Amino acid sequence: MENTEMKKSLLSAQVDLSKFSSANFEKATDEEKRQQDVMGESTTFFKDGMRRLRKNPLAMGSIVVLALIILIIIIAPHIVPYSYDQIISVNGVRDKGSANLGFFMYSDRELQYMRETGEDLFPHIFGTDSLGRDYFIRVIYGTRVSLSVGIIAAIMVVLIGIIYGSIAGYFGGKVDLIMMRIVDIIYSLPDMLIIILISVVLKENLAGKLAGTVFSKLGANMISMFIVFGLLYWVSMARLIRGQILTIKNNEYVLAARCIGTSNGKILRKHILPNCLSVIIITTALQIPSAIFTESYLAFLGLGVSEPLSSLGSLANDARAGMQSYPARLVIPAVIICLIVLALNLLGDGLRDAFDTKLD
Amino acid sequence: MSEEKYLLEVEHLKQYFPIKEGFRTVPLKAVDDISFAIKPGETLGLVGESGCGKTTVGRTLLRLYQPTAGRIVFDGEVLFDSEKKIDVDMHPYRKQMQMVFQDPYSSLDPRMTVEDIIGEPLDVHKLYSSKGERRDKILSLMETVGLNAEHAMRYAHEFSGGQRQRIGIARALAVDPKFIVCDEPVSALDVSIQAQVVNMFEELQEKLGVAYLFIAHDLLVVHHISDRIAVMYLGHMMEIADADDLNNNPIHPYTLSLLSAVPIPDPNIARKSQRIILEGDVPSPLKMPSGCPFRTRCRYATEQCAKEMPPLTDRGNRHFVACWNK
Amino acid sequence: MVDSKYVLEVKDLHTSFFTDAGEVKAVNGITFNLEPGKTLGIVGESGSGKSVTAYSIMQILAQTGRITSGEVLYKGEDITKYSEREMQKFRGSKCSIIFQDPMTSLNPVFTVGYQLEEAIRLHTNKSKSEARERAIELLKLVGVNDPEKRLKQYPHEHSGGMRQRDMIAMALACEPDILIADEPTTALDVTIQAQILELMQDLQKKLGMAIIMVTHDLGVIASMCDEILVMYGGRVCERGTADDIFYSPAHEYTKGLLRSIPRTDNMNEKLVPIGGTPINLLNMPEGCAFCPRCDEAMKICLKEVPDELRISDSHLASCWMNVKKLYESKEA
Repeated sequence: MENTEMKKSLLSAQVDLSKFSSANFEKATDEEKRQQDVMGESTTFFKDGMRRLRKNPLAMGSIVVLALIILIIIIAPHIVPYSYDQIISVNGVRDKGSANLGFFMYSDRELQYMRETGEDLFPHIFGTDSLGRDYFIRVIYGTRVSLSVGIIAAIMVVLIGIIYGSIAGYFGGKVDLIMMRIVDIIYSLPDMLIIILISVVLKENLAGKLAGTVFSKLGANMISMFIVFGLLYWVSMARLIRGQILTIKNNEYVLAARCIGTSNGKILRKHILPNCLSVIIITTALQIPSAIFTESYLAFLGLGVSEPLSSLGSLANDARAGMQSYPARLVIPAVIICLIVLALNLLGDGLRDAFDTKLD
Repeated sequence: MSEEKYLLEVEHLKQYFPIKEGFRTVPLKAVDDISFAIKPGETLGLVGESGCGKTTVGRTLLRLYQPTAGRIVFDGEVLFDSEKKIDVDMHPYRKQMQMVFQDPYSSLDPRMTVEDIIGEPLDVHKLYSSKGERRDKILSLMETVGLNAEHAMRYAHEFSGGQRQRIGIARALAVDPKFIVCDEPVSALDVSIQAQVVNMFEELQEKLGVAYLFIAHDLLVVHHISDRIAVMYLGHMMEIADADDLNNNPIHPYTLSLLSAVPIPDPNIARKSQRIILEGDVPSPLKMPSGCPFRTRCRYATEQCAKEMPPLTDRGNRHFVACWNK
Repeated sequence: MVDSKYVLEVKDLHTSFFTDAGEVKAVNGITFNLEPGKTLGIVGESGSGKSVTAYSIMQILAQTGRITSGEVLYKGEDITKYSEREMQKFRGSKCSIIFQDPMTSLNPVFTVGYQLEEAIRLHTNKSKSEARERAIELLKLVGVNDPEKRLKQYPHEHSGGMRQRDMIAMALACEPDILIADEPTTALDVTIQAQILELMQDLQKKLGMAIIMVTHDLGVIASMCDEILVMYGGRVCERGTADDIFYSPAHEYTKGLLRSIPRTDNMNEKLVPIGGTPINLLNMPEGCAFCPRCDEAMKICLKEVPDELRISDSHLASCWMNVKKLYESKEA
């Protein structure tokens, strides 16, 4: 008793009770307490990742650059009245003097035509090439080809990689062992050699059969490149997916799904693959530039798309001949390749930073 | 033991895992000859140190692993018998036996909403006839475990550990099971939240009559929730008895030291009590000592302990102990 | 050096983390004193700021973390004003820390002996052979059998308990005045935990260092500590001797905590849990951090943070309930 008295006097020396009224000591209602304890706004994994991505200036810049490039290659052919495979003609007559024009230059015939009719001809923005074709439109088509080759190849690689890698990773054991040894063997094959071999074989055997289809436009080289991508390039993707799945497989939610009685296929589709999605998106973004590079490289070696279609690589290759006199023709496709590849790489890195974090 | 009385009977269960050691494959004896039984609506606590095989027991019961040997009888039906070569398809039994996991963070799929997590078992076992019925069931399950129905569309990572554990429990309850393996369900939770979850387990048992195998290393929590407690050491069952009996009259030297090692949250008792400090570490399960696995750390160990594993014998009052000397 | 009764005084320490989502005030005005040779327990749940307090003292916070105000006085000297170089000297020689996870605290590519000798040579000018002798001596001190052989082994060859002994040996290499133990036994089994706790008490008797024991386990606190600090939401709820805290708690959080743990005397009763969910540090209540979960919460708790009041010579608490009781007794 004495003790409590002492405590009280100790306390009252510290507290100025006149500050308080009994209203202060009324019980707070549950409602009031709950107001203090609100749950944050609901965010999904993707919203959260996008929020982080938006804060990354490099990634956002890359998106803008890519969007611009894509917009231009879609719209430009509808505005520019020239086509990638036609030598410039005035009044339906081929203009022999229109080769090797500089930026925004007209040939003599064109100048004459404009003077006579008073009509303005569309300018040759990047000039013309040695055959007298509008270079701007050729670059636009080259970019179209390069980008679509990159995207298609990346999708092929990713699809095969996901299927192969997830089967090996999820089932593990002997299945994994055998599948991964196959991957090792494929890794050891020289890819360039195979592309060249296949394209030679295809050229001889398929040239006739392909005539008239879309494929003939692309040419045997492109088809062999796709085949090689499909055959060989998915292995690193498969390894990556397998590694991811091995980690995700050990999460207790997979065990929980097995406990519930969920079938293997459903576990893979509903629990494991969605959780690899961020990695898949990131590697796809990084796969596209590598495919573009391979295509450019092959085109530069003369194994690219068939004439008259161009890709950025084949444009650069063609420009090699007149490099001394017309350096711009080499620089333009080279710069565009660099822009696309750099933007995709930066975007890929940005995506990784934004999505590949541990949820906490 | 009469057949009718028990919900789950486990006899001489063995679970070995093949471990590659260089070119040889040696068995890791995670669970070695374990027998126990659980009555309907009863809680059996399973305690032991890390690596003693307690988690493996739980997972083997639910057949997440293929047992090496033994016999599992659930609700009068033999699910597994290595001698008679019985090995039934577990799918229909997954409706009756469920599991709650230790880690509330990794046991819920981060890409799924609460509704989908709790709804998954309903989907798998087709326990509804319409979308509306599915939703009603999910909401009533959320209410049962004390979750706010407004949160059904939220993702698991937005919740705190305790709430996530409730989601995990709701998922297990969705199929209306008779038996739940609780694998360290409160160890990862904060002290103030542990009591919420422990109380919920107790309330659910009263309401639904489920039986639990409650695996944990926290002896105080296990003692609080369990009717009976089993003590494991290196894959072997050391002692099994009623909870109070085990705490008040532990017989096996391992149980004794385990109980004395628990820090009691009461300064006066802590000051007075004398810890029985066990020397050394738990041996590796790959280099298991011969005979009784505890003999290397046991102060009563004799020659006989090295020769043979002592059998689990009844010391009266359903108090079973496996020790030669006590 | 200014003479002080205390080996460590922490005065109104604030530590914040500056994250994407905003400033997280992890430690929000903490004050305590540590006497030489005594054990102070800091207890709290995750997010209470107990580990951040320990890291702030050592100044080993993550990149985004910073002490925003307050003082940490080591024997009267404010170490928050130390340069990084001075801090490096301070760490290890005056004050050491051991961590929760002994599995990741040692570098797997070096032998235990090498790491231990490095730690010794960092703070003394001992020769290699002298350092080796000291390392053997230290391992003997922490109860490792056959230390010569153990020194030559790599961390993965040691069990969890032994690794925690290695860490303690390393922390004690220069006989610091203060040993901070951040959840030292949480990752260990009960029987190994008992060994380590016993060892720490023995070493304290032998070497006379002060220990700051950071843990969430009330059992460990009860058996180890002279003085206890109960933390919630980055603030101290209550501090006092072990008896004050366990037998006459003066903060609703402490009371709730003690009701919610299974004890030997409430085995067959229902536990009384604390409701609600742990605090979200990004979204701190205006008043007392605990009020959203407090059964006794009053209007004033919602609005104002309670002052720390002295309940007795050794016992301080920050809870409006104490003021309410006083007010009511005056009214009556």
